[in-house]
Amino acid sequence: MFGRLTLEAIPYHEPIIMAAVGGATLGGLALLALLAYFGKLPYLWKEWLTSVDHKKIGVMYIVLALVMLLRGLADALMMRAQQAIALAPSEGFLPPHHYDQLFSAHGTIMLIFVAMPFIFGLMNIVVPLQIGARDMAFPFLNSISFWLTTTGAALLMVSLGVGEFSRAGWTGYPPLAGLAYNPGVGVDYWIWSLQISGIGTLLTAVNFIVTILRMRAPGMTLMRMPIFVWTAISTNVLVLFAFPVLTVTLTLLSLDRYLGMHFFTNELGGNMMMYLNLFWIWGHPEVYILVLPALGVFSEVVATFSSKRLFSYTSMVYATVAITVLSFSVWLHHFFTMGTGPNVNAAFGIATMIIALPTGAKVFNWMFTLYRGRVRFSAPILWTIGFIITFSIGGMTGVLLSVPAADFVLHNSLFLVAHFHNMVIPAVFGYLAGFAYWFPKAFGFKLNDQLGKCAFGCWFVGFYLAFMPLYALGFMGMTRRLGHYDNPAWQPYLLVAAVGIVVIMAGVAFQVAQIFFGILNRKKNLDLTGDPWDGRTLEWSTSSPPPIYNFAVLPVVQDIDAFTDMKQRGVAYSRPEKYTNIHMPKNSAVGVFIGMFSFMFGFAMIWYIWWLALVSVIGIVVTLIKRSFDNDTDYTISAEEVERVESQRFQQLATAGRES
Amino acid sequence: MSAEVLSAVHQHAGEHEHSGSNKLFGFWIYLMSDCLLFAAIFATYAVLSRNYAGGPDGKELFHLPYVLGETMLLLTSSLSYGFSMLAMHRGDRRQVLVWLAVTFLLGLGFFGMEIREFGELIGAGHGPQRSGFLSAFFTLVGTHGAHIVFGLIWMAVMMVQLAAYGLTAVTRTRLMCLSLFWHFLDIVWIGVFTIVFLMGVM
Repeated sequence: MFGRLTLEAIPYHEPIIMAAVGGATLGGLALLALLAYFGKLPYLWKEWLTSVDHKKIGVMYIVLALVMLLRGLADALMMRAQQAIALAPSEGFLPPHHYDQLFSAHGTIMLIFVAMPFIFGLMNIVVPLQIGARDMAFPFLNSISFWLTTTGAALLMVSLGVGEFSRAGWTGYPPLAGLAYNPGVGVDYWIWSLQISGIGTLLTAVNFIVTILRMRAPGMTLMRMPIFVWTAISTNVLVLFAFPVLTVTLTLLSLDRYLGMHFFTNELGGNMMMYLNLFWIWGHPEVYILVLPALGVFSEVVATFSSKRLFSYTSMVYATVAITVLSFSVWLHHFFTMGTGPNVNAAFGIATMIIALPTGAKVFNWMFTLYRGRVRFSAPILWTIGFIITFSIGGMTGVLLSVPAADFVLHNSLFLVAHFHNMVIPAVFGYLAGFAYWFPKAFGFKLNDQLGKCAFGCWFVGFYLAFMPLYALGFMGMTRRLGHYDNPAWQPYLLVAAVGIVVIMAGVAFQVAQIFFGILNRKKNLDLTGDPWDGRTLEWSTSSPPPIYNFAVLPVVQDIDAFTDMKQRGVAYSRPEKYTNIHMPKNSAVGVFIGMFSFMFGFAMIWYIWWLALVSVIGIVVTLIKRSFDNDTDYTISAEEVERVESQRFQQLATAGRES
Repeated sequence: MSAEVLSAVHQHAGEHEHSGSNKLFGFWIYLMSDCLLFAAIFATYAVLSRNYAGGPDGKELFHLPYVLGETMLLLTSSLSYGFSMLAMHRGDRRQVLVWLAVTFLLGLGFFGMEIREFGELIGAGHGPQRSGFLSAFFTLVGTHGAHIVFGLIWMAVMMVQLAAYGLTAVTRTRLMCLSLFWHFLDIVWIGVFTIVFLMGVM
């Protein structure tokens, strides 16, 4: 009846896990009770969970990312604490099977459930506004994508209290991830949380590509798109071409595990090296999927806060596209030691080094934009400068690793761990810069800049404390994923790294405080103009937060920095002659239901509850068919209603002294 | 009265025109990713295609005339779907339905033959657990088959929708998407036929 699910699956005997589960459950229940007490549950359901509005879906993506960030950081904190004390004869406080789950979960969470929702959240909020569109091309599909991503995250969180998570690392290499060496549910939790959220991501990519190619405002040619939109479309092209490979890889691994096939097994003609190739054909573009949107954010921030046009827009576009194309030609550098021979290694090593060129061009473009600009040192520009420095260092260690001979020495060591954190954490700086930059647009009030600066300072210093020692440890021969060790020379460095993560946590605390006090003092920091930073692109031309339809009249674009151009021509705030009816999609609960059925499906597959899996699949298919018979999916906002909303907006502008 | 209905329909069509062409374009984009999905499985098959692990190879297992029959059913179903689209452009709902039904039966026939072939292989002890080659064979052909099943369900739903709503802007767009999907599966099958079956018995 319940497959291999028994009460034994709940880890009663593990006090740390039970405390975490108890804390998370109580916290969730408390939040739910609070919402119910204030009668906000219907509001939450009608206005948010079932919403197909790109701005609200974007906000929900970012909320998901921030919640999962706390989980991922908690894992990191525990790993650092363990390594700081686990010098023999001490074994630390974490048993090996728990430690192995921690690093597997940390990687999976940070990449798939923090970084991905964060970039898609930012893109959802910003891209339609920047191209002057009223919504995404497929708003309903957007809701489904969001709920599939959330489902993946929910499955991963459930693994904490029911069963276990994978112990095979976030990359899940066979044969370790195969049934013979990992018969439990851990790897299956990993497979299905990635698989389901991956399908959501793929659908989002289709949505963004169509939105950007087909729904730009009149006059916005490709070479007038904001750089963030360029990075968004590049990212989504990467998703479109890389994620199907992940789907296949995970499916083949599932077939090995569920049906006893021989793709990656060690016997009967399996080939486990093929897994590495397939995984990294997805995995390497995935790295650029994470970093390109951050590069886009910096390009926007650096131009706005330097009060001048971005240096060399055209080369920025070409660099972005070059990175997109090249990112598919370097996957083999993840396993130089596999034994493909010196010629193949050399080819992939050179391809890897070539990627540094367009990236370097971008760095110079940002610096030349800052040069002689009137730079306003708010939190977003601090994140940007911190990024430029940190990312350059990470890039250089990457070029070092791209030399196959050096890689043979350094691979699988903490040098590698330091390198990729040195690339990915600056990308996180980008997400946080974007968060600070677009927060007023999404919510209509500014956050406290002083707390934002403190957060940046802690993250920046904390990063160097936490990861520079790891470079040294790599040279000293410490391999990655060690639960305990017996070389006393390593311990001082690990202690410094542990201090580093505490400093990063302080940065996170500042951000929590920033959001808390931001909401508390929101009346004092309202953004009445919709343009708090003297912005240059179209998202700043509408109110903050924007009306549901974004633009009462679609803007006409004549220049790269469309809104700056409008302000200079004095047409930024002109009243249109007349308003027209606006056609908008209705909210729909179908996305939530698809998410629920997918969750049931994933859970059933993990625990071998075959009947439930079948029921869930039928549920998904029937829900979709039912939706296809629903002809009442749109509604019209009347011209009078639009005029009423817009008149309020012009009154606000007059109060703020921006009436044209 | 009928003029009123017509103008209402026309207005409706006008509003959906933009979203219809976006949907078609979006479906092309989706097909690209599906193409990548098949490419990855084809690549896997290429790597494993000689890993017999002491088990049977393609020469022993494949009966080309049978597979040719399957192929003909599928290719003909693409042709009949084409007739259905021609009827759609003429606005002849009845003909659309007739050709869709023909396509459905041909597709079902293809799927039935494939299931029978799978059943025989598994019955003879040549299931996907036997060797890397057979794992890849079953997965590649089975993924195509799963797509066919999805297409058949979609086709059945479209027949009901045509009967209920007629040829509206919405159903036309869906028919065009399904058309792309069905022809795409045909092209993939030509790849399967060549690489798996023809090269397998060489």
